Amino acid sequence: MKIEFEHRQAAHCESGVTSNLLSISSGGKITEPLAFGIGAGLFFAYIPFIKVNNGPAIAFRTFPGYIFKRTAKSLGIPIVSKKFSSKEKAETYLKECLDNGNPVGCQVGVYYLPYFPREYRFHFNAHNLIVYGMDGDNYLVSDPIMESTNVMSSYELERVRFAKGALAPNGLIYYPKKGAIITDEVMKQAIKNGIKKNVYNMLSIPGSFAGISGIRNTGNKIKKWRDKLGIEISKLYLAQMVRMQEEIGTGGGGFRYIYGAFLQEADAYLPGNQLAEYSVMFTKTGDMWRNAAVHAAGIYKGRIGSQEDFNIMGDYLLEIAEVEKQAFETLKNIKWQ
Amino acid sequence: MKKEEIPQDVSALGKITKEICYATDSEGKYNAELSSGWEVKITALDVAWEEIQKRITAAKEQVLSHKASPLLFFMEYRLMDTAILAGYTGFWQWQIKRHLKPGVFNKLSDKQLEKYAEAFNIEVEDLKTMTVHEN
Repeated sequence: MKIEFEHRQAAHCESGVTSNLLSISSGGKITEPLAFGIGAGLFFAYIPFIKVNNGPAIAFRTFPGYIFKRTAKSLGIPIVSKKFSSKEKAETYLKECLDNGNPVGCQVGVYYLPYFPREYRFHFNAHNLIVYGMDGDNYLVSDPIMESTNVMSSYELERVRFAKGALAPNGLIYYPKKGAIITDEVMKQAIKNGIKKNVYNMLSIPGSFAGISGIRNTGNKIKKWRDKLGIEISKLYLAQMVRMQEEIGTGGGGFRYIYGAFLQEADAYLPGNQLAEYSVMFTKTGDMWRNAAVHAAGIYKGRIGSQEDFNIMGDYLLEIAEVEKQAFETLKNIKWQ
Repeated sequence: MKKEEIPQDVSALGKITKEICYATDSEGKYNAELSSGWEVKITALDVAWEEIQKRITAAKEQVLSHKASPLLFFMEYRLMDTAILAGYTGFWQWQIKRHLKPGVFNKLSDKQLEKYAEAFNIEVEDLKTMTVHEN
């Protein structure tokens, strides 16, 4: 059994799953950058009291699950979203969805994901893929970061749907209901809301761990890492930061570039607001994150590593914080036409 | 990032799939392009794996010198802390910590060992003998 479904590769798993699922209900209007922007995907958070793989938990995009929920909600598309405590019920429900002709998004852990190379398999549980059919006992899987589709046995799929650890998916399944009509007016409003939400997340979230203040704070912390943690642990921390920044499939300050692409596409819906011009600011911060990663690599490869090098590293983040602050303040001050 | 600056270093993932990234063309317009990987990212992964390898080697020595049970080795090998392992097995974290002692581990029932073996995706016999087969 196979549902009509088009696999389109994406830069990031959740915006990819969202756009691929909504592409049907939106008549192809929702591209990956639009899903990322409407879902207010851009973010920064450094959560010092959580450890991931013995290193700091740093995120460069919003919390798992939010992009799909926000995007669908903004577009007025009703969604179904379910978690399970029973593996059997989770599979039964999945089969029902497929029988009804609905491709579904699943949150999964990547550690036991069979088609991932071993080097990429960590206990990272906020990956997303789409199941769009069955072939005997096997499931047809569209993982948006892969060029082509994959097949997984029911045991393999169950295992990743019930991966354990931080952000355990608990079999989370989600899909949009059919029948919503997305007019250009709806798109315009959704884009504006997405931008406003992202402005809030980056500029106004209280506390010093998230948004612009989180970037600044992290920059200041990095300058102290060498003294406080020693060079070896500092190297691991920086390598971890770069891995989080790039994740799989975002290849290079990636989330900032997706946001830049979003603003260009948004400009077509909302001309006269200079969104395409503002996109350049995000290209700039994307490039700055990349340069920072190159510098970090110098340190974790052991090529450089003096206190001065850590100061420069911290300053990269302070500069980025400044540029992203300006970028989001510009978006905040748009007088919508 | 401009299209011509997209890195094309071959990563472990690059052998299986290229990755999409958004880059600008000569007119500054964004398009989805393909990258086979980026050296900066590849090295970041290498650094993480070197550290893991060190931890696995240290764990192996602990087990061979009877300071820890084979559980420790497989926890490092599967990158699991007690919280993750508790999730997969249904044991409490304090139980797992006890099972890390060789004396306690040696008295575990087959049923208990089976839970660990399933969590690590290995056979019970391999668990006892610290044998690794697959990738």
